[in-house]
Amino acid sequence: MESGREAGAGRPAVVIDDVSKTFMVPTEQVHTLKERALHPFRRSSHERLEALQGISFAVEPGEFFGIVGRNGSGKSTLLKCLAGIYRLDQGQIFIDGRLSTFIELGVGFNPDLAALDNVTINGVMMGLTPREAANRFDSVIDFAELQDFTDMKLKNYSSGMQVRLAFSVAIQVDADILLIDEVLAVGDAAFQQKCFDVFYRMRDEGRTVLLVTHDMSAVTRFCSRAALLDHGHLVDFGAPEDVARSYLDLNFGTGEAAAEPGADEARSGDGKALIEEAWFEDARGDRVEVLEQGSPARLVARARFLERIEHPDWRVLFENADHHPLFATSTTWAGLETGVIEAGDSATVAIDFEVPFAPGRIYATPALSYRGSGDRFIDRRERFASAVVTGVHHSGGLVMVPHDVSVSSEGPKA
Amino acid sequence: MTSAAAERTSQAIAEAAARAHAAAAGRTDPIPGPRALGVPLARFAALVWTIAVSEFKLKFYGSALGYLWQIMRPLLLFGVLYVFFTQILRFQDVEYYPVVLLQGIVIFSFVAESTTASVTSLVDQEPLVRKIQFPRLAVPLAIVLTALFNLMVNYVVVFVFLIIQGGTPLWTWLYQFPLLIVALVIITAAMSTLLSALYVRFRDVRPIWEVLLQTLYFISLILVPIEAVSNPTLQKLLLVSPFACIVEQLRHAVISPAAPTVTEILQPGALILVPIGIALALCIVSFTVFDRMAPLVAEEL
Repeated sequence: MESGREAGAGRPAVVIDDVSKTFMVPTEQVHTLKERALHPFRRSSHERLEALQGISFAVEPGEFFGIVGRNGSGKSTLLKCLAGIYRLDQGQIFIDGRLSTFIELGVGFNPDLAALDNVTINGVMMGLTPREAANRFDSVIDFAELQDFTDMKLKNYSSGMQVRLAFSVAIQVDADILLIDEVLAVGDAAFQQKCFDVFYRMRDEGRTVLLVTHDMSAVTRFCSRAALLDHGHLVDFGAPEDVARSYLDLNFGTGEAAAEPGADEARSGDGKALIEEAWFEDARGDRVEVLEQGSPARLVARARFLERIEHPDWRVLFENADHHPLFATSTTWAGLETGVIEAGDSATVAIDFEVPFAPGRIYATPALSYRGSGDRFIDRRERFASAVVTGVHHSGGLVMVPHDVSVSSEGPKA
Repeated sequence: MTSAAAERTSQAIAEAAARAHAAAAGRTDPIPGPRALGVPLARFAALVWTIAVSEFKLKFYGSALGYLWQIMRPLLLFGVLYVFFTQILRFQDVEYYPVVLLQGIVIFSFVAESTTASVTSLVDQEPLVRKIQFPRLAVPLAIVLTALFNLMVNYVVVFVFLIIQGGTPLWTWLYQFPLLIVALVIITAAMSTLLSALYVRFRDVRPIWEVLLQTLYFISLILVPIEAVSNPTLQKLLLVSPFACIVEQLRHAVISPAAPTVTEILQPGALILVPIGIALALCIVSFTVFDRMAPLVAEEL
């Protein structure tokens, strides 16, 4: 495909021209012949879900292109349209060169087969001949660092090993254009670094890569350009920094990325007030690092104001170590007036609760924002306070809901 | 978002669209989207072959006695039917009746295995279908090919059994047998393909097919040889089914040349066109339905 790439100096690698895709989501599924026969004239009712609406852009050869958007914005649908998995309702897609899609790790892996068979099948599905697929087995295994486990059935692999094999299989496909969906979040740190190295290498080799991701730092690190989708529309296009900023505008609350080097990465806001401290307290009012499940606790945050601000809104988000939001609250929701705070004054907020969280570390993200502004932060400090929750029962859930358990039994003799 | 940023954004989007429209203008080679086939035949064959071989391996490696298990099922069924049909109900004058019975069971197992696994195949392979672009037709055809491997394994037993029973090798083994197997595979593949496509829309295809398959078992001359049917009209009626024709003709070609051929029973000779026509129609309908369904499978699942 080398010639194609050179000949197409003015020709983009990927052209997406006015592409629309609508899903008809049936409100009641008619899934049997019987229902069709019983109600032949009933129109099955559908809801239209417009996943993509008139998307147009082009990706130049050799570009590392990011496609970003929130959940449900249509980015995965677009990727599947590019991959030829969904039929377009409108518009056209042109692709110059051999395409390899990488939508999910290990698609088609059979847990009962050994690595060689899986690598071969996967390669053949991706468009290689069986011989080519078998030939690249060694390089796949080398990259995945699984030399000692080639005869083992996949089901006996650890999940990390499976991921490594899957990733390795995907990148060893010799394609001109790669479609990659959210794969940066897998594997241990060393393997992730290896993935990044591969992405760099691909970029340097002049391959075209389309990366769908939530990770703005990956977008700003790798991508030459990016597109932002929202509700099926293209809402921004261009330099990754601009697009990342637009994404964060859309996605209020996650103030990461767009971080200048040296700055506190997890901090955002205009700085007219500074959150200086946040901590957990126990029932006696002592600052603690450990909270007991089910016992009263309090989170306190204190801010110093550099300018006069009227009725700022305090918000606190509690998360667990996996970044699952546990709960959030704000002074606005609580119906509190925070008053007018003069420059130089300090203000504190306190949240009292009985610890419902599952054992493990929890984090609190305090934030100050302008009243009614939604997402205009004065200061927001991500995971500024933390504590470890202890408890007897590790239920596997995120929280422990106060509850009662009762049993009874019945029988003929009772 | 500031107004300057908003302006930059809308300008960037407009420029992107302009670039895309300009690049698309005059081009006639858009990507085709998901299809039933849509790749060079060699690649398609390699795909079907690879999937089928690994499935077949799985069956054999799944248990220590893989091969034995593979031939055990038809043999056990054969044992039961053999006792019944030789001790209770007798077809004395049928040459090598036990072998005829065994062959019938082996052939029917192939059809049953192919079709029942194919019915749900597209739905079973949902993760694949939703995530990789590959010719959708490969899914049911790989299943038929796996079943064909099993059929080959089982046929070894049939031939061995025939020799033990005193049968002699025939010339028809060399040309009629392979041709008939090819015909059998084509018809079975067509049926499997059709069922897999229908099941995506209509989930009750599966129970319906189970019943039809049972019916097919009894009207396909597997248990009862054609001579045992006394009424000549009924004989002809049974041979309307292309599947029955193949079973009967295989008996003639593999086991006993004395057994009537399909053309001997279907008189006048033009009657042979009926099962052939049915088989052709099945192939056409099957491919048409699958071809129309293939682009939608990823969404309908």
